[in-house]
Amino acid sequence: MNIKKQFKDGLITNNPVLVQLLGMCSTMAITTMFFNGIGMGISVLIILTCCNVVISAMRKIIPNDIRIAVFVVIIAGFVTIVDLLLQAYVPALSESLGVFIPLIVVNCIIIGRAEAFAAKNSIGASALDGIFQGLGYTIVLTIMCIIREFLGSGSFGKGIINTINGIGTGNGLQIFPEEFGAKLLTMPFGGFLTLGCLIALMQYALRKSAEKKEKEGNK
Amino acid sequence: MLTSILSISLGAILINNFIFSQFLGCCPFLGCSSKVDTAVGMGLAVTFVMGLASAICWVVNEYVLMPLGLAFLQTLTFILVIAALVQFVEMFLKKSIPSLYSALGIYLPLITTNCAVLGVVLLNVQNKYNFIESTVYGITGGLGFLLAIVLFASVRERVEFAEYPKSFEGFPICLVTASLLALAFMGFSGMKIF
Repeated sequence: MNIKKQFKDGLITNNPVLVQLLGMCSTMAITTMFFNGIGMGISVLIILTCCNVVISAMRKIIPNDIRIAVFVVIIAGFVTIVDLLLQAYVPALSESLGVFIPLIVVNCIIIGRAEAFAAKNSIGASALDGIFQGLGYTIVLTIMCIIREFLGSGSFGKGIINTINGIGTGNGLQIFPEEFGAKLLTMPFGGFLTLGCLIALMQYALRKSAEKKEKEGNK
Repeated sequence: MLTSILSISLGAILINNFIFSQFLGCCPFLGCSSKVDTAVGMGLAVTFVMGLASAICWVVNEYVLMPLGLAFLQTLTFILVIAALVQFVEMFLKKSIPSLYSALGIYLPLITTNCAVLGVVLLNVQNKYNFIESTVYGITGGLGFLLAIVLFASVRERVEFAEYPKSFEGFPICLVTASLLALAFMGFSGMKIF
């Protein structure tokens, strides 16, 4: 299998957030802190991989007419498992992500990948697809978190760096005083704006690379 | 009672607008807002389903899941209830009000995966609302969604004629527009009632 192509697809050319434009709600809502981004990204990565594997394994026995319902039940099962695990072992993360953990059920990335990839491909390929697409999602979330946390409150890694009483209690690295930060960026306004600018940047980069390829082709 | 309902409704429509301050339901918000007509249809359908789902899920949660000690199955149950509800509404509209059915078209089935619907149900449980409060929160949350999507669609129709950098074509310019609308809605956040 062409692992390299899948890797590049998930991270850059077919990135779930920046190119396929899936799962926007959670991307904009929870990216106010580095800790949230990493936590959410990894949760989605795990759920996506598990769902892809299960759906791919069952792809021949799921009747075509009710496949969406079956997908949703499988996804909801895994989301419940992750939700309970987070509540038990990382309560701080579970609290700060709140309603967005159960809402992974209706995250378009997971149902989209199930429909577009896992329902048609082998188990191994589907697992890899889950991992790489999940990684692509995690990376975008992390970038957005770093931008918004740094410009908004002047800190980095609040919650996981300089921890006092376990994960979720740290103050992070204060790079410049909090009162100088653009508070607006940690609010909903910043979510829309940061994601808009990131997608624009991605479109710019993809266009430039396409133009470059065209030029090389002409030579 | 009346004051709590009033504060819930004002909160859901303006102060904690589902889209501009809670980011619930962004996919249909960005996807179905290129024309005002479709935006109105989508908003009305979502309002209807959100109200119904809040009421039904409250009953299911209170009289089925809680007595049996199955609270951990909430997510799974709610999504199934919503999916069944949407299917049911679709069949009902097709039979009795075909004109509305054809106007809503493909947006009806899409409501199943709208996170505002599942979100409102989960928030009802989290906030421990009673039956009336849940239903009011569902309906007014839907009205807030309707307000946001209609405002956004009317702005978008004008943005199409504006000049902007080529890289911002399509989604990015929409997101920037939405961010400015969110900024406007932040003005409500200072409001406190009772």
